[in-house]
Amino acid sequence: MWRGRRGLLRPSGCGVEELRCRRREREAALRKARREQQLVSKRLLRDEATEEAEGGRVVVILGEAQIQEFLRLAQRGIEEKERERALVSLRRGLQHPETQQTFIRLEGSIRTLVGLLTSNKALLQLEAARCLHELSHSEQSAVAEACLPATSYLLTYLSGHSSDFIELCLYTLGNLIVESEAVRRQLLPQGIVPALAACIQSPHLTVLEALGYALSQLLQAKEAPEKIIPLVLGSTLPQHILQLLQPGPKLNLGVAVEFAWCLHYIICSQVNNALLITQGALTTLGLLLLDLAAAVQRTEDAGLELLVCPVVRCLSNLLTEAAAETVGGPMHLQDERVLAALFILLQFFLHKQPSLLPEGLWLLNNLTANSPSFCTSLISLDLIEPLLHLLSVSNVVSVLVLTVLCNVAEKGPAYCQHLWPGLLLPTLLDTLALSDTEVVGQSVELLQLLFLYQPGAAQAFLQQSGLQALQRHEEVAQLQDRVHALQQTALHG
Amino acid sequence: MQLPPALHARLAGAPGAAAPLPVQRDALAGNAPFRFAARQVRFPREHEFFEDGDVQRHLYLQDVITQVAAEPERPRVPEFTCQVAGCCQAFDALEDYEHHYHTLHGNVCSYCRRAFPSGHLLDTHIQEWHDSLFQILAERQDMYQCLVEGCTEKFRTSRDRKQHLVAHHLYPADFRFDKPRKGSRPASQVSTEAAGEDRAPSEGDAMEVCSEHAEAPPEPPRERRVYGHRVPSTICFGQGASRGFKSTKKRSKRP
Repeated sequence: MWRGRRGLLRPSGCGVEELRCRRREREAALRKARREQQLVSKRLLRDEATEEAEGGRVVVILGEAQIQEFLRLAQRGIEEKERERALVSLRRGLQHPETQQTFIRLEGSIRTLVGLLTSNKALLQLEAARCLHELSHSEQSAVAEACLPATSYLLTYLSGHSSDFIELCLYTLGNLIVESEAVRRQLLPQGIVPALAACIQSPHLTVLEALGYALSQLLQAKEAPEKIIPLVLGSTLPQHILQLLQPGPKLNLGVAVEFAWCLHYIICSQVNNALLITQGALTTLGLLLLDLAAAVQRTEDAGLELLVCPVVRCLSNLLTEAAAETVGGPMHLQDERVLAALFILLQFFLHKQPSLLPEGLWLLNNLTANSPSFCTSLISLDLIEPLLHLLSVSNVVSVLVLTVLCNVAEKGPAYCQHLWPGLLLPTLLDTLALSDTEVVGQSVELLQLLFLYQPGAAQAFLQQSGLQALQRHEEVAQLQDRVHALQQTALHG
Repeated sequence: MQLPPALHARLAGAPGAAAPLPVQRDALAGNAPFRFAARQVRFPREHEFFEDGDVQRHLYLQDVITQVAAEPERPRVPEFTCQVAGCCQAFDALEDYEHHYHTLHGNVCSYCRRAFPSGHLLDTHIQEWHDSLFQILAERQDMYQCLVEGCTEKFRTSRDRKQHLVAHHLYPADFRFDKPRKGSRPASQVSTEAAGEDRAPSEGDAMEVCSEHAEAPPEPPRERRVYGHRVPSTICFGQGASRGFKSTKKRSKRP
């Protein structure tokens, strides 16, 4: 069912601790980049198997003369094998940033490469494309932008038939897309959106994953909401994307991850989510969530959270659309299995990726806020206690949990009845012992609702030394009004 | 976080929603100083709420090189040769053959044996180069279609079209898949033309499939049309015409 992506392989010679350290550094760098709104990552497609056959991963820095020689041989060599070998040597050299710099400064180098790319020699074409791919992956803008003369050809080749070649073109395009707005300003008029829309009909999973990657890069661009997403929504891409996200035996994890992120970038830009809803996005994503919950129980598959995250985000944002609210309509998400799935996934997050708990709880809030039915399901499926157990994870998580509980409580006595007694009171008294203002504030709100709707709640609260628990917050600016009001209610009803 | 055992069964069960408990709100709820109101929340793209998930996503993207490393090696098969008549390229991997086939024999014009990267470009080529009806119509209306997928513009001449490609679609002026036919000679002379003038030995001319061969015997186009424009590449009408390129032949520069 779930064809997971190839497992993570550690490069040899790296200690586990060193890897962890590197990962922490990379994570810190990414966070910083995101805060500066510069979050950009490129994907490098290197065929390690070929590299090992070629004699290890030694990367040679090539000088100007060597590059010129390789280009000359590739272009005018007599024996085909000789021409191929020259290009392979060039490609290996281009793995090094210095070679890249030398290459782009050589007059006519790109032109020659493009000539080889469009030649009729299949293997030369492929090697030339690999050379371009190495260049596209560079962090130096000048190097990546040197590939621009090739873009019209890369796009043309997307409607070809050789899946390996198309995959390479797509990853190269994806890398170029994130490079700069200038690059995208060239790619859009060159017809990248229609080209992708045609290519997405390919049956090859590797092509689809590459396409998803390229499209996700395009949709992540700063100018996407104004310039790109309307074009994408006007094409056949959304229907195909939703099709590729349908749960079932044909669902491929790598492909689904890419397109789920594409959908997330589209939806959170809020350009025309109503259109996506009419195309069945809510239904598809809901079913996918169910499938994911079943999958996390079955396998230890690394990487499911990479798909769960964007699916949760898409659902959560879509639920806020007016079109989603038409009760009883076919688009309305009203299936309590979604709630069951979400809790299974919350448990999964707790073990695998606690930093994603807030996102899961955000979805839970959006499901329950305006829905008496979902609030009832929370009760009937015995999910209140599991929810309470999440209160010790972090402040952000606690605030969200309390918000969801407020969603239930505010619907009246019939709901509060089921929140009481149980673990709720002792848990709330615990949260009052904390110092985080938001957590305490939300606890106070919940208590107010309970006092209002549940007879005996105030009394039990007093008996358990609730007043003392409130006292420490009497002087806190954001809390004092509510704390005093609560104290009054508790004492005088 | 212990989940109730019945939950998994519920997940696997039938779709359905709970009949909601009666909602009954008191006017005092949410009154100042209390502020709670149940509401859905939406987050825009750049919101810091998404930071953790975004960072995980990008770590994954950056990590892919290690995942590709675990890819099993391509299955090698016993060496075989391309089955297209006249082509003796040999292969030991199916993916290499697939690429070769599509590049050289896939979208091949049966008139002039030029190869094209896609069916779309091949169709355009056949229409513009080998269809005399096209030439007649082109005298009276805009027949030259823009090459970019999704663009429906048509033009009077191929030069106008090229100008559109360059100005509007930012294509390079020397885009290799848009070589204009020299002059407007009738179709019957096309194959000779193909053998001669237009077959410029420019490096990397993608339309050149048979650049190794000195001449292509001219084929009567009238007969050809009866069979339709796209003839399977294994069928050859001319005398001794080769459809593929022979890897053993040396490349020779035309004078």
